[in-house]
Amino acid sequence: MAEEKNGLLSKLSQKLFKPKTVVREVRRLAGLKSKVDADFLDEMEDILIHGDVGVETTQKIIEFIRKDPRTHKETDPHIIVDLMYDAMFEIFQQDERKLAFGPQKPYVVLVVGVNGTGKTTTIGKMALELTNQGKEVLLIAADTFRAAAVEQLGIWANRTGCGLVMRPEGSDPASVCYDGLTCADAKYADVILIDTAGRLHTKIDLMEELKKIDRVIKKVMPGAPHETLLVLDATTGQNAINQAKIFNEAVNVTGIVMTKYDGTAKGGIIVAVRDIFKIPILKVGVGEGAEDLRDFEPQEFVDALFAE
Amino acid sequence: MAFSNLTDRLQGTFKKLRGEAQITEDNIKDSVREVKRALLEADVNFNVVREFVAKTQEKALGEEVLLSVRPGEQFVKIVHDNLQEILGGETATFDLPEERRNVILLLGLQGSGKTTFSAKLSKYWKERELRPMLVACDVYRPAAIEQLKVVGGQVDVPVFSIPGSQDVVEIGRQAMDFARRENRNLIIFDTAGRLHIDEVKMDELIALRDFIKPSYTFLVADAMTGQDAVNSAEAFNSQVGIDGVCLSKLDGDARGGAALSIKNVTGKPIVFASTGEKLDELELFHPDRMASRILGMGDVLTLVETAQKAFDEKQAADAMKMKNRLMRGEFDFEDFLQQMSMIGRMGSLSKIMKMIPGLSGALSDEDLHQGEGELKRVKRIINSMTPKERRNPQLLAGSRKLRIAKGASVEVSEINDLIKQFNTMRKQMSMMMNTPQAKEAFGGGGGSKFTKATKESRDRKKKKKKQQRDQRKKRK
Ligand SMILES: Nc1nc2c(ncn2[C@@H]2O[C@H](COP(=O)(O)OP(=O)(O)O)[C@@H](O)[C@H]2O)c(=O)[nH]1
Ligand SMILES: [Mg+2]
Repeated sequence: MAEEKNGLLSKLSQKLFKPKTVVREVRRLAGLKSKVDADFLDEMEDILIHGDVGVETTQKIIEFIRKDPRTHKETDPHIIVDLMYDAMFEIFQQDERKLAFGPQKPYVVLVVGVNGTGKTTTIGKMALELTNQGKEVLLIAADTFRAAAVEQLGIWANRTGCGLVMRPEGSDPASVCYDGLTCADAKYADVILIDTAGRLHTKIDLMEELKKIDRVIKKVMPGAPHETLLVLDATTGQNAINQAKIFNEAVNVTGIVMTKYDGTAKGGIIVAVRDIFKIPILKVGVGEGAEDLRDFEPQEFVDALFAE
Repeated sequence: MAFSNLTDRLQGTFKKLRGEAQITEDNIKDSVREVKRALLEADVNFNVVREFVAKTQEKALGEEVLLSVRPGEQFVKIVHDNLQEILGGETATFDLPEERRNVILLLGLQGSGKTTFSAKLSKYWKERELRPMLVACDVYRPAAIEQLKVVGGQVDVPVFSIPGSQDVVEIGRQAMDFARRENRNLIIFDTAGRLHIDEVKMDELIALRDFIKPSYTFLVADAMTGQDAVNSAEAFNSQVGIDGVCLSKLDGDARGGAALSIKNVTGKPIVFASTGEKLDELELFHPDRMASRILGMGDVLTLVETAQKAFDEKQAADAMKMKNRLMRGEFDFEDFLQQMSMIGRMGSLSKIMKMIPGLSGALSDEDLHQGEGELKRVKRIINSMTPKERRNPQLLAGSRKLRIAKGASVEVSEINDLIKQFNTMRKQMSMMMNTPQAKEAFGGGGGSKFTKATKESRDRKKKKKKQQRDQRKKRK
């Protein structure tokens, strides 16, 4: 029981109970005005920009509210709150889905992103989630560049009891993927998680390397990768848009994982990313522990965005 | 018709020559909005943007405007300079005496680039004749110690660690012993990434700090950080205390507004820029480059600077003279030529056009190329005229035209076109200049130093100076 206090539940509650006050705050604001006016919209704009939603998407959301027929009528505060949520859900509710890790077997997941966003850790967390469900998981260590990256993934493999395919530092990452996907263990695996080196999207040669990894995967296993996850750090600002754009162009990103959401950053940039690229947010990292991974819940996210 | 295009373009330039005398809240409104937006898009914290823009605006109000640019553009330049000043401020100097055991503590959020930076830093000071060592205090992240050992090996710097231990103070104690034994005079502590709201881990950092008593503590912050940069920087600084900041991952395309946010809330200098995964990719921080990068308005700045150089006061006076002539409809080919050479000093037409926001996209390279060709031809034609002809275009009749056509190697019809266009333009200009708005914009005596520089006033000044000189002479 004591364990639970520091675990998932308390983290959840820390994150989730705060927002209630915000909704109250908005209601207060709304109650004072009982009508959406320029001040109200300005205040909304401030909140969104403060949450890293970015200038452009913020303007779009404000426009959405402005255009809604309910906006200019005498309104009761509840409707104003609804309006605000509607504007956000308009963005999030397009073909929202959960990460299913199937039905294909093996289900191959390629994990990509810039340096230090939490790719390896996220793979460790997913590995735990899957093995807890009784699935057979194989990890491929295709970060052959960063010092001790292979060891880091190896530790996660041990912790979660997964298989690991690795080659010495400096090996060609595409070959590691080839070896991993063709090895005997791959046949028995339900899910194969591929870790790649962090790379800035501006480095052309490294992006080419990633494309090659993707090509090799497609070649040895038609239909794979079934999922290409881009890991974005919640503390990142507007640059996440560039990251999403260029990674998506290179390897066709199918889902986003937002990490470090346990900090004070609101991660608002994923609203813009979701809006511009229509890529669903699938998982959220809320800590460094193996169990600190959750499904993305738009409702909670929006609540927290409007939290103090 | 091609020439009317050119006229448009020149008129565009004349519009820019409008030169309002001073910066007022009103004439920079649009620019203020643009600057705010640029800063927000660069991830500068919202409150920092507000404060910074308000302060800068206050500073800029009432300043005289360069004749050649719009007040708004000049405001951008002032913003840039101000930004650069804030980012630079006090320059960091290091006092790391060889005979002492200097200690550096690195801290920051997870994944901000501490381990890589610590190796770079050890290399940096090793090359500056110190004997560094690295201490592995990231006792949490899997294989973090291993990572430090590898990068330490790559720069040939010893790495101290206690495998399996999670007691960082103990690691610190033994590391200091190691330094003494091995005669190391710079001890760099790499610590685990941590959230500033993680009380347990912040306490750990404070305990380590109290024990090792760092000479310098650096915050390593990711250049891509958004609005939250203020929160973490402020917390690390107030709880542990920092002496400087290293911005990492600056080799990406992030605008790096976090730099301004962090500087603003901590007041501590940004010292280093980490610009790559290779261990020699470390630079001292350049405030000027960072200011341009954050604003993302480099082109406007170049325009303002170029204009500043090209237009000295004499030319300003000339321009004023020309304005008067324009108003009286006396604009002639001589003025035209002068106008063109003024533009010429700022660079090629296409270069200038590209620097003007809004215009850069509107004109294709082909347009510009063509326009440039025309300008050259027009210049050639005018240069083939005698000064008399330039002053008095009415003189241009049959035989003269033939001579000019030959001199400029063009057809007579082209000269006719030019004259026709020139006359229309002159009429338009005189009309334009005589509208109430234009009169107001150019002002009768509105306080600009340029307005004062009419011939009459200059003559008066000369006279006065001469009187003073004479008086001095007399006294002697
Ligand atoms: N607070 C927090 N830290 C995280 C989270 N995910 C990863 N990290 C930390 O971020 C750092 C970089 O993670 P890592 O997985 O090595 O990043 P990679 O370079 O993308 O593989 C490590 O210190 C992780 O422990 C998260 O959700 N919350
Ligand atoms: Mg990794």
